[in-house]
Amino acid sequence: MKVSVGHGLAGAEKRLEERGISRRDFMKFCGTIAAAMGMGPAFAPQIAAALTADNRPSVIWLHNAECTGCSESILRTAAPYIDALILDVISLEYQETIMAAAGEMAEKALHDAMKKPYLCVVEGAIPMKDGGIYGKVGGHTMLDICKKVIPGALATIAYGTCATYGGVQAAKPNPTDAKGVSDVFPKATVINVPGCPPNPANLVGTVLAAIDTVVNKKPLPKLDDLKRPLAFFGETVHDKCERLPHFEKDEFAPSFNSAEAKKGWCLYKLGCKGPYTYNNCPTKKFNPLDKGVGVNWPVQAGHPCIGCSEPMFWDTMSPFYEEQK
Amino acid sequence: MSGSKPQAAPVKVTPKSTYSGPVIVDPVTRIEGHLRIDATVENGKIVDVRSSSQLFRGLEIILKGRDPRDAQHFTQRACGVCTYVHALASTRAVDNAVKVKIPKNATLMRNLVMGSQFLHDHIVHFYHLHALDWVNVANALKADPAKTAALSNSLSPNRKETAAQFKAVQDKVGALIASGKLGIFTNAYFLGAKKNEAYYLPAEADLMATKHYLDALHMQVKAARAMAIFGAKNPHTQFTVVGGVTNYDALKPERIAEYKALTDEVIGFIKDFYIPDLLAVAGFYKDWASIGGTTNFMSFGEFPTDEYNLDSRFFQPGIIMKRNIKKVDAVDPSLIQEHVKHSWYVGDQAHHPYQGVTEPKYTDLNDKDRYSWMKAPRYNGEAMETGPLATVLVAYAKGHKPTVDAVNFVLAKLGVGADALFSTLGRTAARGIETLVIANQMQTWLDALVGNVKGGDSELYTPWKMPDEAEGVGFVQAPRGALSHWIKIKKGKIENFQLVVPSTWSLGPRCAAGKLGPVEEALMGTPIFDPERPVEILRTVHSFDPCIACGVHVLDAKTGKTASFKVL
Repeated sequence: MKVSVGHGLAGAEKRLEERGISRRDFMKFCGTIAAAMGMGPAFAPQIAAALTADNRPSVIWLHNAECTGCSESILRTAAPYIDALILDVISLEYQETIMAAAGEMAEKALHDAMKKPYLCVVEGAIPMKDGGIYGKVGGHTMLDICKKVIPGALATIAYGTCATYGGVQAAKPNPTDAKGVSDVFPKATVINVPGCPPNPANLVGTVLAAIDTVVNKKPLPKLDDLKRPLAFFGETVHDKCERLPHFEKDEFAPSFNSAEAKKGWCLYKLGCKGPYTYNNCPTKKFNPLDKGVGVNWPVQAGHPCIGCSEPMFWDTMSPFYEEQK
Repeated sequence: MSGSKPQAAPVKVTPKSTYSGPVIVDPVTRIEGHLRIDATVENGKIVDVRSSSQLFRGLEIILKGRDPRDAQHFTQRACGVCTYVHALASTRAVDNAVKVKIPKNATLMRNLVMGSQFLHDHIVHFYHLHALDWVNVANALKADPAKTAALSNSLSPNRKETAAQFKAVQDKVGALIASGKLGIFTNAYFLGAKKNEAYYLPAEADLMATKHYLDALHMQVKAARAMAIFGAKNPHTQFTVVGGVTNYDALKPERIAEYKALTDEVIGFIKDFYIPDLLAVAGFYKDWASIGGTTNFMSFGEFPTDEYNLDSRFFQPGIIMKRNIKKVDAVDPSLIQEHVKHSWYVGDQAHHPYQGVTEPKYTDLNDKDRYSWMKAPRYNGEAMETGPLATVLVAYAKGHKPTVDAVNFVLAKLGVGADALFSTLGRTAARGIETLVIANQMQTWLDALVGNVKGGDSELYTPWKMPDEAEGVGFVQAPRGALSHWIKIKKGKIENFQLVVPSTWSLGPRCAAGKLGPVEEALMGTPIFDPERPVEILRTVHSFDPCIACGVHVLDAKTGKTASFKVL
């Protein structure tokens, strides 16, 4: 079923009825999203509430020092697809990768969006060295733009390992003194969704939970001490890995061309960082279709986990092909 | 193919203005990274222009002292749009340094993932990064859905689109506009109290393209999913290793079948939608076949059968100077120099990239003399365009039959000669041609892989030993053009690592001799109708498919120097 609601006008449920979509169908759709996000059926009513809010909540998406892989990742969401997410569920007021406007017209879109309540999503780290001159947009440093946008946001979602913890440009020796959002704005309401890039299902779930918080005044989702939603980051990759039984039987692949590697044995001795990495890759997997289940993930493809959702993993988890010390 | 023949309607051209003054586009959106275009317009045409990169990250210095095997993971984060290509370039560079001969299946699997990346990347570029420069989404509301369906179905016998589907898209767009919250379409250059006459598709073509913009959002999910079957995930694959690849799971018949089904669907979309839509839109904007051209072209070629022989590549490497497609020169990397005279670095001497001294010196955003974090690479002193147009021109000039056929098909459909390729429209068409040629080749690689596995060869990895000292290079022709990674290993660690990337070639600033970078050259003379909504700049800039984050040169924050490399 394709559900299209929102449009910023009141009476979403009535409009759905007019289009022949029953409340039952709609709740089923919300249940599908909830399941896709790993939230369980109990979360469906909250999604319904978020989706039928009178106004699609405004979202401002900032790009700092990054590779745009996080923007690309959210284009791969399939529950809902990106068009439904940005045209029906939220109003994406500023997003440099896909927005039509450019230049001054784009800057005007940002300024206008800030006049109304908004959620902020941040992609990329903030270069701090030399007053932030290593990254500019529209002539302003990324640091200055963040200072204008983040403190006024209802909540900020730091999306990807760069925005959460500094990411690849913050790896030693961190030439531009790049930092994550929470480090620069310790007082802001920030939810961290790390990963390089993250699974988009984790962002969709977090955005809907944040909408539920700001629209329906529900408490923020439960976070761990690194501000990650426990629903997605509560267990290690190792805990849910399909190769865990091999680990428990001491069945390890000694090299990438070994019979053991071909049989799909545990990659721990080849450097897998799954035991040290909190994420839901083995259960969610990546690149889903409609039902929200991904098609693959690194360990299934025979490659060790590199720990990409952990703070400073570029330094703490490398060398990637050596057993973690 | 009546829809691609606009003769029935009066031929429209970009309207002229008498505006004189500056036009700055910053940020340039719908690209990867942070780019600023600073143009001077006189009497409605660009007479001076600067392309300025606005982000510096420093990846290469971060790599120093690390395990060479890890380089691919760091460099892949140079760009998440052209994901995989840096991982491949780094892996090839280290393969080359440690002198490992990877199994045939590894080459095939790398080719299949690279092929999938091209198909995905070019679909997203055409529909989601470039289309809104040509398509007026608001004007789509004026279209007749039945006529739109007739137009669309006339473009391919495999299209079965209905008036109701187009009406549904109109309703969706209409509701969005009625809501007053336009989201990603806010302040688009086609919006405004006064119509922007630089957009001149008929309403039906606008509606058709708007629907396919939305359809393509779903199709790209499938293209990326196909890539992930071999590549583990997209963006940012995780299946290559120095010595080969790791993905034994993908050799199972059911995984191959899944890959083939998804890829066939994507190829069907390319043939039935992307290419016909490209030809239809291009047919209405033919004046852009004489705007936005450049002069010199370079391609490294791609899709090897033998990883260590550039000439074994399906697309051949080559250099074309002064638009002379009767002569293709071999690529000689020793002729590459990088200039800093107009960049935010100290000095004004040009050097081969591996002998260069790099010391940052930011001046000012409005400095007309030094104005970009990018250096200016030159080949034998000349600015070179790289990317799909370069690859297609080299292949066409060398008589590569699949490319010659595709080029001739496109030129015939548009009713233009080969000269039309040297333009903004030609660049955009070449991207479609490249996509089509690769799409037609995918099955050959897949069949070869399946054949090997059936014959009992499932080898994906060759063991190797890290040398104490070594150096190597990996050449890739990425969706955006010529990419090379260079590694120097000492005591088993990375002593130096350099990336020379496509967008530095295409989007870099002036060189010491004052010669413009390719995008600057292409923008000179471009008409600007409305300085407040300069969509004409976006058309040419987007036709290069800029990818800025990886284009910015690095520096050593401590010494301000990069170590020397031996020139090939």
